[in-house]
Amino acid sequence: MNPFLDYLLTAIPLGMTFLFGCTGEILTEKAGHLNLGIPGIMCMGGACGCLAVKLMHGTNISPVLIVIIALLAAFAGGVLMGMIYSFLTVTLKANQNVTGLAMTTFGVGTTKFIMSGMAKNAMQYLYALRYFRFPFAEQTSSVKYCGFMVGLAIIIALVASYILTKTRVGLHLRAVGENPATADAVGINVSLYKYTATCIGSGIAALGGLFYIMDYAGSYEAYKSIEALGWLAVALVIFTLWRPHLSIIGSILFGMLYLAGSRIPTLLGIQLDISATPLLQMLPYVVTIIVLIVTSVRKKREHQPPASLGLPYFREER
Amino acid sequence: MNKSVALEINNVSKYFGSLAANKNVDLTVYRGEILAILGENGCGKTTLMNMIAGIYYPDSGTISVDGQEVVIRSPKDAFRHGIGMIHQHFKLVDIFTAAENIVLGVNDGKAYSIKEVNRRVAEIADKYGFHIDPKKKIYEMSVSEKQTVEILKVLYRGADILILDEPSAVLTPQETDKLFDVLRRMREDGKSILIITHKLHEVLSISDRVTVLRKGEHIATVDTVSTTSAALTEMMVGKKVELNIERPQPQNVCDRLEIKNLSMVDAEGVKVLDDISFTARSGEILGIAGIAGSGQKELLESIAGLCHPITGEIIYHNPKNGKTEDLRDKDPVAIRELGVRLSFVPEDRLGMGLVGNMDIVDNMMLRSYRKGHSVFVDRKKPGDLAKKIVEELEVSTPNTHTPVRRLSGGNVQKVLVGREIAASPTVLMAAYPVRGLDINSSYTIYGLLTKQKEKGVSVIFVGEDLDVLVELCDRIMVICGGRVTGILDGRNTTKEEIGLLMTKTARDAEETSTAKESADGENV
Amino acid sequence: MKMSKTHTSELPFHVVKREPMPFWKSMGIRVAAVVIALLLCSILAVFMIKANPLEFLTTMVDGAFGSARRLWKFAKDSSVLLCISLAVTPAFRMRFWNIGAEGQTLIGALAAVGVAFYLGNTIPNALLLPLMLIAAIVVGAIWGGIPAIFKAKWGTNETLFTLMMNYVATGLVAYFLLLWTPSGSSVLGALSVGHLPILVHEYFLLIVIVLALTALAYIYLQYTKQGYEISVVGESENTARYIGINVEKVLIRTMLISGAICGVAGFLIVGALDHSVTTTTVGGLGFTAIMVSWLAKFNPLFMIGTSAFITFLQQGSAQITTNFNIDSAFPDMVIGIVLFFIIGCEFFIGYQLKFRESTKKGEKVE
Repeated sequence: MNPFLDYLLTAIPLGMTFLFGCTGEILTEKAGHLNLGIPGIMCMGGACGCLAVKLMHGTNISPVLIVIIALLAAFAGGVLMGMIYSFLTVTLKANQNVTGLAMTTFGVGTTKFIMSGMAKNAMQYLYALRYFRFPFAEQTSSVKYCGFMVGLAIIIALVASYILTKTRVGLHLRAVGENPATADAVGINVSLYKYTATCIGSGIAALGGLFYIMDYAGSYEAYKSIEALGWLAVALVIFTLWRPHLSIIGSILFGMLYLAGSRIPTLLGIQLDISATPLLQMLPYVVTIIVLIVTSVRKKREHQPPASLGLPYFREER
Repeated sequence: MNKSVALEINNVSKYFGSLAANKNVDLTVYRGEILAILGENGCGKTTLMNMIAGIYYPDSGTISVDGQEVVIRSPKDAFRHGIGMIHQHFKLVDIFTAAENIVLGVNDGKAYSIKEVNRRVAEIADKYGFHIDPKKKIYEMSVSEKQTVEILKVLYRGADILILDEPSAVLTPQETDKLFDVLRRMREDGKSILIITHKLHEVLSISDRVTVLRKGEHIATVDTVSTTSAALTEMMVGKKVELNIERPQPQNVCDRLEIKNLSMVDAEGVKVLDDISFTARSGEILGIAGIAGSGQKELLESIAGLCHPITGEIIYHNPKNGKTEDLRDKDPVAIRELGVRLSFVPEDRLGMGLVGNMDIVDNMMLRSYRKGHSVFVDRKKPGDLAKKIVEELEVSTPNTHTPVRRLSGGNVQKVLVGREIAASPTVLMAAYPVRGLDINSSYTIYGLLTKQKEKGVSVIFVGEDLDVLVELCDRIMVICGGRVTGILDGRNTTKEEIGLLMTKTARDAEETSTAKESADGENV
Repeated sequence: MKMSKTHTSELPFHVVKREPMPFWKSMGIRVAAVVIALLLCSILAVFMIKANPLEFLTTMVDGAFGSARRLWKFAKDSSVLLCISLAVTPAFRMRFWNIGAEGQTLIGALAAVGVAFYLGNTIPNALLLPLMLIAAIVVGAIWGGIPAIFKAKWGTNETLFTLMMNYVATGLVAYFLLLWTPSGSSVLGALSVGHLPILVHEYFLLIVIVLALTALAYIYLQYTKQGYEISVVGESENTARYIGINVEKVLIRTMLISGAICGVAGFLIVGALDHSVTTTTVGGLGFTAIMVSWLAKFNPLFMIGTSAFITFLQQGSAQITTNFNIDSAFPDMVIGIVLFFIIGCEFFIGYQLKFRESTKKGEKVE
C-alpha cells in the first residue's frame, strides 16, 4: 500500500478518538461548562463498554447486538459521569475546574480498576473486534481501522454541528452558554439545557474511549493511553474554535501529527533522529496554544470561548 | 374619541421589606395611546412597570387586561396577555444576530428557520419604520440599534402593550426623534405604549397623557395638551421638605480644583462628558445634581484618575506650595505622589471603595498600605484607625476584624467615609453617599461632610435628593447628558429650578443659546 | 425572581445565598461529608474485597501511620504535595486558574536534572545544588509566566493555556530523555551527583524545607504588601484600580512566583527523591495540588492539613490494595469519591434551600 495512504488511514481512525471526545466537550462547553473530566469520562466509556462485552461473552446474543449493547453501555457510563458532573456544577454550583479534575481522577482510577480485573483473560473477548471494525474487519491493511465507528464519529459531529447552528435547540443552548441570564429572561430552562448538553456530551465522549480500546488499538491494555488522548480532545475543542464540523478535519490533523514521528521519516525516505518523535507529538498542543493566543489577540468575537464558560449561574431570587 | 381600555391597574402596592415602592397606585391605559410615566429617581416608576411585565408580583391590588382581571407572575405570563417591556439594561446575546436574539425563547410550534425569522423581522421593522439588518451581530451594533432589537423582540412576540423604561437615556437627540416616530406609528396601529421618563420636553412632545408618581404614590394623571412643564415639575418634586441640615458660611474660600473643557467617550463611543468646566473651592460643598447616568460617575472617576478623558484639563491648586498640577491621565498612585490629597467615596461601596470579604482593618489599609519601604504591611496603624472610626462614627460591628460585607449599609458607608476622611484630604468627592442609608446614618454623613468643609476641604457631593442638595450645598452644579446646564447658589435656589435644569437637553440648551444670540443680534 | 406557586415546572424550593456561617459549623459540614464518603467507600469495599467497613478503615489508618517507614513515607508524600499546592495558591488567590502546576513542576525537575547532567562532574556538589535550584526556579517561573503575560495583555484564557503547557512540558521531557540516553531507551538512571545532603533521615531535609516554605508562603500572602495586593486583585479588580494597583503587573508577578515555587518542588523531587526525571515524575500531583489548595480555602497553614488528608487517603487505600490483593487503582477511586462529597458539601455552606409556601413546613432544610 502507498505509505501515505497507509499513514492517512491510520491517522483518521486515531483522530476519531479525539473527535468523539471533542464533540462531547463542545456540547458541554456550549452550555457554559468547562468539563475537565472528559479524559476520565472517555476512560469510563471504554471500561463500561468492555464490561458489557465481557458480561455477554459466551451467551448466545448475536454479535451485532453485542456491539450495540456495548456502545449503549459506554454511552450510559458517560451519561452517568455527566450526571455527577452536572449535579455538582449546575445544581450545587461547585467550581467546574475542581469538579472536572476530580472526575478525571475518579474516572481514570475506576477504569484501571475495572480493566485490570479483566485483563487476565482479555484476549478471548477481543472476538468483538471484528464486529467493531465492520465492514473492514477482514482487511489486512490499515483500512481495517476505518469501520463503521469512524462513520459514526463523523455523523455525530455533523449532527452536532447542524443542531448547534441550524435548530432552535442549538440556538437556545448557545444562548445558555453565552449569557444564561438573558436565556433565563426569555423563558429558557437554563438548568435543563446545561444538564442535557453535559450528559449527552459526556455520553458521546465516552464512545471515544470504547472505540479506542475495541477498534483502533484492539487491545485491553489500551485503556492506559486514553487519558492522554482525552486531553488532546480538550485541546482540539480550542483548536477548532468550538465548531464540530471543523473538528472532523482538526481531529484527522491531530491524528497525523500524533503519528508524524513514526510515519514521516518512512514517508519521505529520510532518517529522522529518534528524539524528534516527542517534539512532533508535542505539536498539537503547541498549535493549540498558538490558536488560543491568536484568537485572543485578534479578539474576533465569533472565535472566543462561550462567554459564560466556567462561571456558575445563580439566579438571585427576590 | 371612543377608546377601549387596554390595561387597568387598581390599588396596586409593593413593599420591599418595610419600604413601600408603590402604594395604592391606579393607572389606566387605552388602546392607541402613549402614556408617559413621570417621576424622580426612586419614585417607583420602574417597580410599577416591572409588576405589569411580570418581573415582580404585587403585594396587593389587581391588574386587568381588556377588562379581564389577570395574574402575571412571569415575563411569559405578561407576553401571553400581550404585554412586553423594553428594559434599560439590554438583555441580548452579543455574538448572536439581531434575528437570533429576537427569536430566542420563542416556541411557536413551527419548524425553526432563521431565513423565515429574518424575513418576519424585516417585515415588522418595515411596518413601523425601523432601520435594521436582521443579520447584523449585536456586538457590531450601536446602542440605539440594540434598543431597536429589544423593541422588535417584544413586537415579534405579538405584544400590543409596550413598556419602555427610559428609552431615550442612551440615545442621541436624533435617534430619540427616530424612536418617537416609530412609537407614533405604533400608536396609529392601535398599540398602547407606556414610556417611563423624567425628561419633560419628551413627555410634552410624545405622550397623550401623563401619570406622575412621587415616592411610590400616584399624584395625578393629566392630558398632555392641558399641562405645562412648570406644572409637571411641581407635581414631580412636590412641596419642599425642611431637613434642618446645618450649613455654616464658607470660610477662606479659594480655588482648589479647576476643571476645564473636560470631554470623555465611553467604550461604545458615546460622549458621556461633554465640555465640562467648573471650579471646586476649598471650604465649600459643591453639589452635583442630575438624573442618574448623566455623567456624574465618569466625572468623578476622571478626577480620581480612574478613567481617561479625551480633552480638557483637571488643574489642582496645591495649598501647601501654591503650585498647580494637571491631573488628567494620571493614575491614582501618580496623583498621590504629586502630593495631591484627593479622597473619593465611590458610588459602588463594596465593589470599588471597599473589599467586602476583608475585615475593617484590612479595608483601612487600602489607601495607605504602600507607605514606608518595608515589604511587610503595617497593620498597627490601620488597626488603630479602624478602632477610632468604629468608636467615633459609632459603627455597629462585633469588632474590627469583621468582614465589611457583613455590616449594614449605613455602617459600611461610615467605614468608607471614615477612611477617606482619615487621609486628611484637600479634596473630598462623594458619590451618592447616603443612598440606601437610614435617617440617622444620613445625618452622620452630612455632618462629616460639613465638618470637612469647615476644615477647608473642597467637598464635591453628588446627590439625588433635591431637598438635601438645596440644604447642604453652598453651590449646586446641574448636569444633564454629560453637559453642565447650570451652576446655582445653594442658598437661593429652588427644587423646581434644579429640576428644570436636570431635564434640559443639549438641544434645549442650543435653542436657548441661539435664541439668545439672535436676541443679542437684534439688540445690536 | 418570581415566587411561583402556580407553575408546575418550578421546583418546590428555591436556592438563596446564606449568611456566612461560623467556622466550626462549616468545618462540621465538611467533616460530615468526609465521613459519609468514607462510609460509602467502605460499603463499596465490602462488595469488592469482602472486608467489613471497620477493617477497611483500620487498614487505611494502618497503611498511613502503621510503622515508622510508613510514617516517613506519609510525611514525604504530604510534603511534596504540599509544596506544589503552595505554588498554585498565590495564583488562585487572585482568581487566576493555574492548572499548569504539573507542567511547571516537571519542567523545573527537567531543568535541575539538565544542570546536573551537563555540569555534574565538573563542579562540586555545593555549587551544583544551588545551580540546579536556580535553573529549576527560573524555568518554572518562565513556564508559569508565559500564560500570565498573555492573560495580562490580551486576556487569553489561562485555564486552557496552562493546561496545554503541561503537555508541552511532558513533550520536552520526553525529548531530552531521548537526547540524554544514548541507547534511546528514555530511561535515565539515577544521577550520582546533585543529591541533597541527608540529615537525620533521607526525607528529613525535604520535609523541613517544605515546612519552611509553607511558613514563608503564609507570611508572604498574609503579611506583605505584595500578598495584600494579590488579595485585593482577587477580591475585586475594580477596587484594585480604585487604589491604583497595576493589575497586569500583579498578575504576571504572582504567576512568576507560582511557577518558581513549582520549580522548587521540581528541584526537591530531583535532588531529594528521584535523582532523575521521567515524563511521569510529577504523576498528577499538579492536579491534586489544585484540590488541596482549594480545600484549604487557599490558606497555606490549612494546606498542611488538607495535603496530609489527601495523602492519607492515597496511602491508606493503597494499603488496602496490598492487603486485599486488589488493583492499585483503588486509591484513585476513593479519592475521587471523597472529593465529590467535599466539593458537593460546599453548596450547603454557601447556600441554603428555602421551600416555597405550598410545601409542608416540616420539610425545611438548611
